[in-house]
Formats: sequence, structure tokens, C-alpha cells
Amino acid sequence: MNEFHQTPSHSAPDPSHEDGSVYDGLLGTDSSQWAFGTDFEDPLAGVDTTVPDGVDHRMLAAYCLALADDALVFSHRLSEWCSNAPDLEEDIALANIALDLLGQARLLLARAAAADPDVVPVLPEGSPVPAEDALAFFREADEFRNVRFVEVPNGDFAHTVARVLLFATARLAVLDRLTGSRDAVLAAVAAKGVKELTYHRDYAGRWFLTLARGTEESRRRLVAALDQLWPLYPEMLATHPVEAAAAEAGVGVDPATVAAETDVVLEQVLAMSGVDRPQRASLAGVDGRTGRDGLHTEALSRMLAEMQVVARAHPMGQW
Amino acid sequence: MTTAYAVAATVTDPEMPMLTLEDLGVLRDVREDADGSVDVAITPTYSGCPAMATMRDDLVHRLRDAGYADVRVRVELSPAWSSDWITDRGRAALAEHGISPPGAAPIASGPVALNLLPTRRAVACPRCRSTAVELTSEFGPTACKALYRCTDCLEPFEHVKEI
Repeated sequence: MNEFHQTPSHSAPDPSHEDGSVYDGLLGTDSSQWAFGTDFEDPLAGVDTTVPDGVDHRMLAAYCLALADDALVFSHRLSEWCSNAPDLEEDIALANIALDLLGQARLLLARAAAADPDVVPVLPEGSPVPAEDALAFFREADEFRNVRFVEVPNGDFAHTVARVLLFATARLAVLDRLTGSRDAVLAAVAAKGVKELTYHRDYAGRWFLTLARGTEESRRRLVAALDQLWPLYPEMLATHPVEAAAAEAGVGVDPATVAAETDVVLEQVLAMSGVDRPQRASLAGVDGRTGRDGLHTEALSRMLAEMQVVARAHPMGQW
Repeated sequence: MTTAYAVAATVTDPEMPMLTLEDLGVLRDVREDADGSVDVAITPTYSGCPAMATMRDDLVHRLRDAGYADVRVRVELSPAWSSDWITDRGRAALAEHGISPPGAAPIASGPVALNLLPTRRAVACPRCRSTAVELTSEFGPTACKALYRCTDCLEPFEHVKEI
């Protein structure tokens, strides 16, 4: 279902009904009052989501989920800064970055669902929840395919600066290559994502430099944050079989192929900041399984419990 | 007779109402089929643009009022929106309303270069025209804007980012 016919999204509530509100009578019968926020629209409405020839649709969906979940989970972590950032400008900046990533996640989840409807959790019959929301809100932690790097809890502002820098550097390099994907939807999502991630990376790079060259305390915190994140970082650039298969089919990117390019950018920031590369081994998987296999830290379950609670309480809810 | 395009072209952006969707470069295509149905294509400015649903509903509403009963609005993701698509009329409208219009968007070639210095832009204060301005933040109240301050008249203002 790639196109939709628009029907009035919401009938005006009936004031005589017990669920009516004091505002009901003010709205009349003009349903355009409810234009925003009460209806779902398919983010890929009218987009051709045909799977390219010779590409396994299950593999394509799995690959899209990995890309989507990285963005979704990190977006949520960043949104936790809302009203908590050091100043108003950073609050807005982090919210903007979170919104960009949420937008990427939404398109990628919708793309995964269009490629393979079987990945979408089954909801009660008649539920108005669209596929991308079902994927975001009705999967368990072990069904998420994000790297563990994005799920660990926030630390201080320096921790977030270091995390945005590492994340945006790696993802920008991956999406830059993904613009050549044989899958037209992935190529389009990537092309837009590159423009957004360029801003994210510059933002984090500048703050990294500022904190490193700032006060003794800001530098101490930044170095500690980088050290803390370092063991999780290699997972982002490791090749998972799904990524290898996607690359092989010409629809995805093997992140290992952008490791060198990512490292050059990172070295630029580290050198200018006078910060040494931490000497820490990468966090091992469990029986060879990592985030991309659904093996996560406890932090993800806690995060999802909060993120999903309202949607799960109302599987038939119309928002 | 008014065409469906002419009707759609009057719909304004929900976040920058001084701009029509046509001025913003978001309205990509309006087709009237022989059976009277209308097919409209819009493109998001940013991946997470929260105004897409409102734009779609406003388009449908305006076209319905103009007598087009059957209206479809579809999303066009490619090519990705560029601030270069904002029309001259749109740029004038932005400036008139105190929002600094974007310069030329960067041209992509090879790996994206890292920029650790504040972005250099030729920006003038939309109120006093002074070029003595400073960047407050690369991220503003909407995804497509940065925050500036004029150091002459001391007014803060928004600048539409180049992408």
C-alpha cells in the first residue's frame, strides 16, 4: 500500500459524549482543525518500494532494521537531553539532531516493513498503528538490531559530544556510500541523511575541540568520556553477515570498508584537540553475538520500557 | 479556470507561513488526471520534518475547497531537497519577515570534508542590513534554520541553512 487517499483524519468530537472535552464545541465540524497529530501518514506514500531484482527481501529488511535501529535508539538517548542540556542552544541542537535521526529511522523502518511485512509485530486486528510504529514500539530488546554503542546510558555533556562525534563520523561515511545503493529508497534516504549528518559531525567536532582545549575540568571529562565509549566503538565498523550480504547484493554498505576513511576524520579531531586515542580493547560479544544479533546491554531494555510504555498500553490508540 | 497547480501553489508552509510550498521548493509536481483526480508530490526538507502531515492535509483541504474531490499526496524522496530550490520570491519573503535567506548550497564532491571552524556565510542582518553578525547556534527552532545575532543592532535572527 504505497499511496493513500486522504479522508478526513478525525471527526470533530461530540460534546454531548462523556469523552468530549470543553473545547469540543469550539471546533465545529471542520475536520481540518485536526490536520496535525491525529492521523498517521505513510512516510513512503507513493514511493516505489519494489525490491530490486535478485535481492532477497528478507535480507534487505534486516539490513534496513540495523540502520534504522541505530538511528532510533540514539535519537531517543539524545532526546533525553531535552530541558537538561548545559544551555538553551545545546538543548535545541541536541533535539534537532535527535529529530533528524528519528526521521531517518522512520523512513528506514517503513522501508523494512515494505520489503518484508513479516518483520512487523502483529497487533490486534483493527489496530491503527502503522508498520514503522509497530516496529519501534512493539519489538522486544532482543529484536532490536542496533549496535550497543548507541544504547548505553547518557553520561555528562562531554560523553554525548564524544558519542555524537564517533556515531556521526561512522554513519556519515556509511550513508555517503549508500547513496549508490541499488535500492532507490535506501539511496534517497542516504542522500538526505548525508546532508544532516554533516551538520551533526561538525557540531560534535567543534564541541570536542572546545572541551579538549577548554578548562582542565572540561578536558578531564572529555578524555574520560572517550575512554568509556572506546570499547563500544569498533562494533559500529565491524562487518555483520547481514551487512556483508547487503553489500554483496549492491544494496548496502559493509561498514568495515569505511573504517579507514572514518579513522582519518577522527584523527583530524584528535590531533587538533591534542587528545590521545584510548588504549582499550573492544567490548566482546557473547558467544560471538553483538548488538546486530539482538544481544544487548541491560540499558536497552530499560530505555525501551520507557520509550514504549504508552504505545504498548494503547495498541488500538489513535494519536 | 484555475488549475490544480495554481491552487496547490497557494498553500503556505506551516512553520514559515510567509512562504508558499512552491516558494520553499517542497511542491514538486501537481498532475490532473483525465478523471479529475489530482496527484500532488511533495518532498521533505529534512528527514524528520514534522510538518509533512500538515502540508499534506493543507494541500488536500485547499484543493477540495477548489472543487477537486479526489486528491492524492505522495512523498518524493529523490532528489533530496536543497535550499537552492527556494525561489527568488521566497527569499525576498523570508528577508522581509526577518529571516535571513540561505546562500548557495555546498556542492558535493568526494568524501564530505570535516569543518571544525564556525561555518562561514555571507549573512546580513535582515533588520538593519549590517554584516556584523555572529553565529549563536547551527541549530535553530526548526531543523532548517540556524541562529544568529547582529552585533550592530543586537537583534537575534534566524538564518535558513544551506543544504
